[in-house]
Amino acid sequence: MAQVSSELQLSQELRDFIKTWKDKPGNLIMILHRVQQEFKYIPREAALYLAKELNVPLAKIYGVITFYHFFKLKKPGRHNIQVCIGTACYLKSGSDLLLELENLLGVGVGGVTADGLFSIEGVRCVGCCGLAPVAVIDGEVFGKLKKDKLPEIIAQFKTK
Amino acid sequence: MTVITIEDLKKIAKEQSGVKSAYQKIVLVCGGTGCESSKSDLIYQNLRAAVRDSGLDKSVQVIKTGCFGFCEKGPIVKVQPDESFYVEVKPEDAAEIVAEHLVKGQEVARLLYDKNKKSGATADDIGFYKKQMRVVLRNCGLIDPENINEYIARDGYRALAKVLFELTPEQVIEELKKSGLRGRGGAGFPTWRKWDFSRAVPSEQKYIVCNADEGDPGAYMDRSTLEGDPHSVLEALTIAGRVIGANRGFIYIRAEYPLAIHRLEVALRQARELGLLGKNILDSKFDFDIELRLGAGAFVCGEETALLASIEGARGMPKPRPPFPAVKGLWGKPTIINNVETYANIAAIILKGGDWFAGMGTATSKGTKVFALTGKVKNSGLIEVPMGTTLREIIFDIGGGISSGKKFKAAQSGGPSGGVISEEFLDTPIDYENLAKIGSIMGSGGLIVMDEDDCMVDVAKFYLEFTVDESCGKCSPCRIGGKQILGLLEKITKGQGALEDIEKIKKVGKAMQKASLCMLGGTAANPALSTLKYFEQEYLEHINAKKCRAGKCKNLLAFYIVAEKCKGCGLCLRKCPANAITGEKLKPHVIDEKKCIKCGACLTGCKFGAIVKQ
Repeated sequence: MAQVSSELQLSQELRDFIKTWKDKPGNLIMILHRVQQEFKYIPREAALYLAKELNVPLAKIYGVITFYHFFKLKKPGRHNIQVCIGTACYLKSGSDLLLELENLLGVGVGGVTADGLFSIEGVRCVGCCGLAPVAVIDGEVFGKLKKDKLPEIIAQFKTK
Repeated sequence: MTVITIEDLKKIAKEQSGVKSAYQKIVLVCGGTGCESSKSDLIYQNLRAAVRDSGLDKSVQVIKTGCFGFCEKGPIVKVQPDESFYVEVKPEDAAEIVAEHLVKGQEVARLLYDKNKKSGATADDIGFYKKQMRVVLRNCGLIDPENINEYIARDGYRALAKVLFELTPEQVIEELKKSGLRGRGGAGFPTWRKWDFSRAVPSEQKYIVCNADEGDPGAYMDRSTLEGDPHSVLEALTIAGRVIGANRGFIYIRAEYPLAIHRLEVALRQARELGLLGKNILDSKFDFDIELRLGAGAFVCGEETALLASIEGARGMPKPRPPFPAVKGLWGKPTIINNVETYANIAAIILKGGDWFAGMGTATSKGTKVFALTGKVKNSGLIEVPMGTTLREIIFDIGGGISSGKKFKAAQSGGPSGGVISEEFLDTPIDYENLAKIGSIMGSGGLIVMDEDDCMVDVAKFYLEFTVDESCGKCSPCRIGGKQILGLLEKITKGQGALEDIEKIKKVGKAMQKASLCMLGGTAANPALSTLKYFEQEYLEHINAKKCRAGKCKNLLAFYIVAEKCKGCGLCLRKCPANAITGEKLKPHVIDEKKCIKCGACLTGCKFGAIVKQ
């Protein structure tokens, strides 16, 4: 019988959410969203907990997690930097922002800095094409971005 | 939770209109995602504080609206009835707008879009808006989307009342047939026919689904509609439920759209509180309710059978059709799925009639179309035009032409499933058939403009990277074919292409079109095939001359030093991260092309203009 690791603490709100959604059809993806909202990714212990609570095979849960880009299996940095590489941002050199961030932070796309502070992600279109190129950090949108602005922005978030 | 009647609805509308007309001025702040990202919420807060501090609470209303559309000039603030159109507003401008305009009655000229604005001129006189027609976006930029009373005051939920009490379901379908409305998600299937199929299937349980997945990169029409006018979609879903005999609806929306999700949640709560959703709607005995379901970042879930699988909590794998979802859909029950924009048209058609709607557009494509106009265009933004408007009108009149004065090269419509439209087709009236004829598709409405600095081979490669990544892997033509085409495009952009690669791309592309199960694979080759068709010369140049005229394909770039200009200062040698530059002090330096990684650091660093990129 799978047990939730003592290191993983599910908040009461999350437990309540799972209870509320437990018997609803099509609940799995909505619950995974809620788990990721809490932990920023889907910890294995949480997946095991869901398998038990929802009476769903763990393989099915991982099948769903790995199918969708939004769900993450690795813990991101405290500040996840999402650079939009949708078409409008791509045409306005969004990829160059990614390269510059990789240089500045010393990690590749999908990686996390050694201090756990930052991670870099390329995303497809956040719907702010009028501001291309765009990056989103902790929900804050930075539009009409230029490479030389990046060090300043990173410095801002280092202290948050 | 209460049950209101039609009379109550009319009373609310009247009271709300009274509330609005009691104000001498109304300040509208764009609260769409693009403007929110540029601090429009802070502008809104600052305006409200300044209005309060000036003692104008009773005579001035400040509201946050949906998207005005003119995203390039955001954040936007509009003052009615003065028709003042303030652009690129900053939070610190709020005090000045209140002090000068609202207190003294003097517009703040420096912030006006039209700095020489004549009194009496309206926003419709602005070039960006002149050729637009707002049907889908009728309330965006006008109402507070988080106040249901404002929607009701603009005839909101009257169409639903009409459907519940005046029209039979057959009459509603007949009206839709007259209107000629076709689905706005891409393929353009007649909406009335889809509803008719589903209505005819006997079943105790049916579902209405709204596809708000909007996965095309560069598209944000649906997001803006949901942010700016969520009730128009809720009303339409309820109408659809009544017509086909469903009591439950789902809105499947991208998790990446937090503001649209929030606006929908507010709207759903307000509609339930008024009894416009739930049991016994408008005391008609009809029950209907709507739930939100979040997508999780799979482009294939824009395909309707994959979307339904995702709502059911599974991997979003497409299913073969028939049976179509209208007959056997969500949890095996008859299900109507339409796009956000399709639904946003419904209430207007019911209220104004199918003939009114059919009076707009072309012979086969009626009504308007919303586009997200982005890329290398001066006026990037959200636009709505009658079907049949030409690309030239959209790009050059509404869009203001190419930014930075470069030459137009192409426009991409239909996102990763569409194709490029070259200069010779600028005067093509846009509708479903015309776009298909030139190798593109309407798609959901992303329209991305490219100039001479954009490489068509690189753009095709970009789109193939997207569809290869997004393939669900279920069927071989898509899973393998996409990879093959991408590999060939990569070869070509690296200067390793061969002439036979062109023929290979065409063959694999045709096979994918014929044999893929869903339209992700069926259309994935379109960007490559259409760029080849109209810009084959660029492909040949990459292959034969190993040259990229646009300067986009880095492997085909060459940097070299003009010996006559080089002073031998050594700066480029020190800056080069690849140690590709050699030379003695005070003598001309040389770049080793094999070692060069084409980063351009030497070019930007050189003080003597001695380094050339070609």
